[in-house]
Amino acid sequence: MRAGVLGEFILHEMGIAMQIIEIATDSIPDDMENVIVERVNLKVGKLAAVVPDSLRFCFDIIAKDTPLKGAKLVIKEIDVVARCNDCHTEWTITEPVFSCKKCKSGSIEILSGRELDIDSIEIAE
Amino acid sequence: MQISGFNNFKYCHHHEFHKPHHTHAKTGGHVEVKKSGTREIKVVRRVLDVNEKMARQNRELFKEKGVFVLNVMSSPGSGKTTLLEKTLDEIMPEIKCAVIVGDICTTNDADRLVKTGAPVVQINTDEFGGDCHLAAHVIEKSAGSLDLDAVDLLIVENIGNLVCPAEFDIGEDARVVVLSVTEGEDKPVKYPLMFRECDAAILNKTDLLPYLDYDRELAVKYIHQVHPDIPVFELSAKTKEGIGPWIDWIKGMMSRKKP
Repeated sequence: MRAGVLGEFILHEMGIAMQIIEIATDSIPDDMENVIVERVNLKVGKLAAVVPDSLRFCFDIIAKDTPLKGAKLVIKEIDVVARCNDCHTEWTITEPVFSCKKCKSGSIEILSGRELDIDSIEIAE
Repeated sequence: MQISGFNNFKYCHHHEFHKPHHTHAKTGGHVEVKKSGTREIKVVRRVLDVNEKMARQNRELFKEKGVFVLNVMSSPGSGKTTLLEKTLDEIMPEIKCAVIVGDICTTNDADRLVKTGAPVVQINTDEFGGDCHLAAHVIEKSAGSLDLDAVDLLIVENIGNLVCPAEFDIGEDARVVVLSVTEGEDKPVKYPLMFRECDAAILNKTDLLPYLDYDRELAVKYIHQVHPDIPVFELSAKTKEGIGPWIDWIKGMMSRKKP
């Protein structure tokens, strides 16, 4: 059932989009009235279970009735960087292989790539 | 809410839990004027921080109550419910168990699990179009309807999905992913986050291997490519063949948590 599978993905991003809108709305200082939020800057690790296009799609739909109406969701994708706990090599993981590139050790630490963070919002002057 | 006919059975509808109540201080944060003429306000918050905070609270509660929590995840149809039925069969009454089971719709899984004698809480997420994972606040509310003092092991059967549940901490002690031999061998490399996030993997339905062109060595190789050293239990929940090491693993993990 392809539609069902697609539905699952979209829904997942829908919940995340709702959280983004909540946090971003919360971040508008109390003393500012009638603000226009132009951008919401988000950092998404490539290992996070989020598809940027789906997230933007959901964000645009549900932002309509909020102070974030018309805001652009700017997604900065973050590479998956790992460090070997044995030989301390650091490298960027580009395919699903999670052992050390150099010494093949399985004891590695993921330094980045799991982000799902709101970095900032930008308000029109 | 209690459904008649099932003594142990508690039925929870997701809308009762949907939004956790929380407040955030509006600090205004760091403000910077950008070249584009916009004013940038630094936020720097995890999008899922509300869930993560609730998961930490759950973890503390479970620790206090001495409950070991196992989060079982998989794609739909991998045999999670059968695995849980047979697992409960093996470890009860020696270990006091309870189950929280999440589905988009129906109470079919809970109907099956309640027969094991364990208290079962069914969560349906369809109120919101069918949430694809169980979040920490849903677990908090569901656990609240169980007598945790009478539980040693709480098993959470997550919604069948290899993507979203991996992203949501529920306050569990261990995560297990169930893969079955009727799925592709390459599931681990297609869904690396799930296999990275789990502490053990199960390769289920091994009784079907004679009828399939399934390369189980390749499947195990892919699991270890994504998560080196993770224990993989090859078993048939249906026939219980190979279930022993899995049961021993649960008991071992539980004894590690005990103070």
